[in-house]
This record gives sequence, C-alpha cells and structure tokens, in this order.
Amino acid sequence: MADSKAAGGGFLGNLGKIYLGYTGGFIVFTLALGVFEQMGMPNKVIGYCFVILTIGVYAYIGILSRTMDLSEYYVAGRKVPALYNGMATGADWMSAASFISMAGGIYLGGFNALGYVLGWTGGYVLVGILLAPYLRKFGQFTVPDFLGTRYEGNGARLCGVVVLFCASFTYIVAQCFGIGIITSRFLGIPFEVAIFVGLLGILVCSMLGGMRAVTWTQVAQYVILIISYLVPVVWLSTKMYGIPIPELTYGAALEQIAQLETKLGVVKHFTDGFTDVKGQFSWTEFNNFWALVLCLMIGTASLPHILMRYFTTPSVREARTSVAWSIFFIFLLYFTAPAYAAFAKLEVYQNVIGQPIASLPAWVQNWSQVGGLLTIKDGNSDGILQLSEFIINQDIIVLSMPEIAGLPYVVSGLVAAGGLAAALSTADGLLLAIANALSHDVYYKMIDPKASTARRLLVARGLLVGVAIVAAAVAGTRPSGIIQMVAWAFSLAAAGLFAPLVLGIWWKRTTKIGAISGMISGFGVCLFYLVMTRYWPADFKAMFGTDLWWGIRNISSAVFGLPVAFAVTYVVSLMTPEPSKEMQAFVDSIRTPGGAVVSHV
Amino acid sequence: MAEQFDAAQRQKYWSKTSRLMWIIFALWILFSFVIPLFAIQLNTIKFLGFPLGFYMAAQGSLIAFVVLCVWNAIAQNKIDEEFGVQED
Repeated sequence: MADSKAAGGGFLGNLGKIYLGYTGGFIVFTLALGVFEQMGMPNKVIGYCFVILTIGVYAYIGILSRTMDLSEYYVAGRKVPALYNGMATGADWMSAASFISMAGGIYLGGFNALGYVLGWTGGYVLVGILLAPYLRKFGQFTVPDFLGTRYEGNGARLCGVVVLFCASFTYIVAQCFGIGIITSRFLGIPFEVAIFVGLLGILVCSMLGGMRAVTWTQVAQYVILIISYLVPVVWLSTKMYGIPIPELTYGAALEQIAQLETKLGVVKHFTDGFTDVKGQFSWTEFNNFWALVLCLMIGTASLPHILMRYFTTPSVREARTSVAWSIFFIFLLYFTAPAYAAFAKLEVYQNVIGQPIASLPAWVQNWSQVGGLLTIKDGNSDGILQLSEFIINQDIIVLSMPEIAGLPYVVSGLVAAGGLAAALSTADGLLLAIANALSHDVYYKMIDPKASTARRLLVARGLLVGVAIVAAAVAGTRPSGIIQMVAWAFSLAAAGLFAPLVLGIWWKRTTKIGAISGMISGFGVCLFYLVMTRYWPADFKAMFGTDLWWGIRNISSAVFGLPVAFAVTYVVSLMTPEPSKEMQAFVDSIRTPGGAVVSHV
Repeated sequence: MAEQFDAAQRQKYWSKTSRLMWIIFALWILFSFVIPLFAIQLNTIKFLGFPLGFYMAAQGSLIAFVVLCVWNAIAQNKIDEEFGVQED
C-alpha cells in the first residue's frame, strides 16, 4: 500500500477523488451518528465515536505514508501540489488557539481582540513576497539549513536551531495543553492521562512517515476542522436571519448588541476601538494593538514549521501559488470567528442577562455544571442574573455554540473533532520542525556528517518521540494559558529569525558575523523582556523604574527585539568585509526560479 | 538560460521583482496598520450594517491580504516569464 504513494501515479494522481471521497464519507458518518442520536444513542458514545474514529483515520494515513527515504521524510518528496499544500498549511497553522480560544477572545475583548484576527492572517503576505519562493529555490531540508549555508558555517546554523527550538517548543506545549483539554472533556478521563492519549495521536501521524505522513494527515485534518467550525455558526445565521452566510448577517447582530449595551448599561462597547474597561480611549490599548499585530505577522513569516511547508512544493511557482491558497483556507476560518463572538454576545445579552436564574437557557445550565468555565453567582440574591454575576471563560464560546443554536449533540461532537484536528495538526508540524532541526542540523550536519540514511532516520524518529514526551510532560504542569504561550512563540521566532532570513535574501551585503550578532542580540532582548516581565517583574521594575516599557505586554516582546536585530545586523555587516563573490552568486541564484543553485563552497 | 541572462538582465529582473515587493509591502502596511489604527473615526460610518472600522479589522483587511497574495503570485510569474527565468 505504501508503494502506491511512492509510485506517485496512484495516490498523487487521484488526490481530488480521494479527498472528496473522504469528505463525503465524513459527512455520511456525521449524519449517521445524528440518526443514531435520535434513536437514543447516549452522548458519551457519540463523543467517543468522533474522537476515536478521527484519530483512527489520521493514524491510518500516517501508517500508509511510512517511508525510508530521506527526501520523503523531510520534505514529502517535494511532490505536494499548491492547493493541497495550502490546505496542509491551513491545518498546520490553525491550532487550538485559533479554533477554540480566538472567538471567545473576541467575545470578551471586542474590537481590541481583532488584533489576533489581523495578526494571524496578514503575515502570509510577507511569507509570499519575502521568503517562501526563495527558500523553495534554495531547496534543502530545514530553515537552519538556509542560515548555515548563507552565513557559512555552523555558528549561524546553531543560532537558528536554538531560536527554532525555543519558539516551537513553547508553541507545542500550548498545543499539548489544548489536546489534553479536549480529550479529557470528550472522553471523560483526567487531564494528565488525556495529554498522553493525545500524544499517541500525534506520534502515530508523524513518526513513520515524517513530512509525507504529516502533509497528508494535515489535509484530512483541515477538511474536518473547517467543516466543524462553519456548521454551527452557519446554522445559527440561517435560523436568526434566514441567510446562511454569518459573515454578512452578524452586522445586524452588532447593531442589536449596541442597543442592548445601552439598555443594560455596558460602558465598554463591543465595536469600539482601543478602549479600556471603563470604555475610555486608552493609549496602552492602542499601543498594544499595533504591537501585537506586528509581532504576530512577523512571527508568521519566521516560524519554521510554517516556512518548511513551502519546501514541499514541486516548484518555486507552486510555492508562490501555495501561499495564496494557504491564506485563502486560513481566511475562511478567521473571517468567521468574529461572527461566533457576535452571536454569542447577542444570545447572552438577549436571553441570559436579566433573566430569572431559575429559568436560564439550557446551554447555560449545562456548562455551569462543568467546573470553572461558566460561573453564575447571584450576588444580590434577587433571583435575577445581573451582568456582573455572569462570568464566562473564552474557551467555551465555540464549544457551546451548537447548544446555543439548539443543534443536536452530534454537532457538539463534530466541533470537538474539529478542535482536536486543529490541535493535533499543529502539534505534528511543530514536532517535526523541532525533531528535523535536531536530527538534520545538529546530528547530521554538526555531529556525524558521515551517518548513513538508515541511521539518520533512526535518530530523527528517536528525537521525535523524545521531544513529544518532554512537551507533553511540560504541558501536564499547566504552565500558562494557550493563547499567551502561542503569542510568546511568535515573538521569539520573529525576534530571532526574521532579520537573518529576510536580509539573507534581500541584502547581499549581509555578512556572517552581522547575521549572527543580529540574531543573538535581537533574540536576547526579546527573551530578556519576556522572561523578566513574566517571572521577575519586581527586578524589572527595580532596573528600569517601570513595570513595562511603554505599557507593551510581554506577548509582544518582539517589538523590542526586531529593531535591535535589524540594526545590529546592518551595522555589524557594514563593519565586516563584504561576502565573497561566490556567496553573492549563490544569493543571485536563489533569487531566480530557473537554473541551478550556485554552490559557494 | 545562463547565456542570455547576463548581469544587466539580472539587475533589471531583480529591480522589477523588488518593485513589486515594495508595492505589495506598502499595501500590506496600509491594511495591517494604517486602516485599523483609524478604527475609531471609521466606526462612525456604516458599511453593510457594520461599523466600518470594525468591519475592516474583522473582514476588509483580511480580504485585502488574500488579494495581495494572489496578485503577487500572478504578477511575479509574469515577470519570470518576461525574463525567461521560470522553471522548465
């Protein structure tokens, strides 16, 4: 079976048919469960069916895609067409943070939280114009590979690996955390156990087939996550306004929200920009908004698990097209997220606040029984729910939408499957990025350049398992919130990798010493700000006489690291001798799609 | 390819590519930062039932990003073909 993929014709020639059949099968499966539910199948069994069946499918694809070929393992044999690479990138990209937490963040933060929506989409423009086609032309296996080649030696390569490890590891811990939450809720097992069950799901997708297996599972995961994200909100839009396009109808919901805000005396209006809790304009919110947007966008264009997806297309041309497909598939989810927030807000203002506590809607009663996510406290004991007596966690907005819309439980199971697909696919991509950097860049390029193919693959797989276990163990300690950890990862990657990657392609004068000092100083400043303000705020205040520089929160630490990285790279490059003629010819050769890559050695 | 693609041609190719990059980069700044930062002023205008400032940050700029990426792919492919440096 595995050979049919390697042969190319069988599997790659019929991608459309295979994935259409798969999508149809998934829809039939969901409908069948819906029928069984009407016939009395218990909710718990439906939850089990979704989790086990979807993980089973991913595992099946993972096992079919097993390989003993280095190029297949590291870059899926560079045979992934632009459209499918776009879907895989979409799944790689959209994680538990996007799927579960983002809409809830907008629910709570209103306009200010739209920084996440902007920041997590716009970065692809930078990927497309500055990096992806050139990295594809370079045509090696990993992002540190590029740094090691362009900046001649293992110094830059090692710096790249360190930044990659810090950013991707922070990110993967957040994903393991998300997988633990979903698996424990829908399988009814303790969080610590659920993390390791999820871990098996991750490993089975990636271990045997590397990039090839991860690519084809990610395409499958994208299909499930986008269907499950759109179904509840499309349904609700149709029910409320008669039009199945929530992106158009939630404008009306915003209007109703504005009227209810006046009626209920809410001072912080949902659609108002840059307001603090009192509803006043705040420079702190204003500064944090643009800082977050900047860090998330630059981070997008620096995160190795995303950049390495563009190593897998058959050509430079397809890499460019693939960036356009990627942002389109990502856009489908992101421009729907605010609709979730608006509909949930309207529901809460209309049918929950001001109602007798004894007769609240069923979804409120159900979720208030699950610990800590939705709290109702009748502070003044009048039996009526006031705004201040209702506390909701951002993670339940998406998960409770099927119940708000009055949909059967099978849709809740579908949403859980989607959340799981989002978290698993991102975790797989990250795990592969880390393990590949360690096995290819550290082990093969730096420790044992004479290693045989079999040995390299063995080391790659061993590291994959090792990193996964450590990440799950760290996630088990619940170090921080999902969105916060993810945003840190973006800042770390942006401060450490963006300048050397972009300047390496766009400015021939960038020298080895310049790039290395830029990486160290930019990443250092970012890490310093993040760690100090997070763990030693008192010392930070003693040093600088302020809690935060210009009120910028540490999720946007790269705002300080980025300019330092660029400035240091620029100045030091000018102070050191110009790169050799051969190196300049190498840069020229990766700038044009056709022709061979010039070796500078 | 190496024969016809001398240093002057290469220079021309790269300056065209750079120009495209800078134009898209400028539009990226416009839709990422300039428009969203005027959200308060734009919110006084209604668009499709949405306050315009909110609409742009939630949908308008996102649509622009998709268009920019598609445009980049098409325009850069054209430049490649014009100079004959596309892949075989």
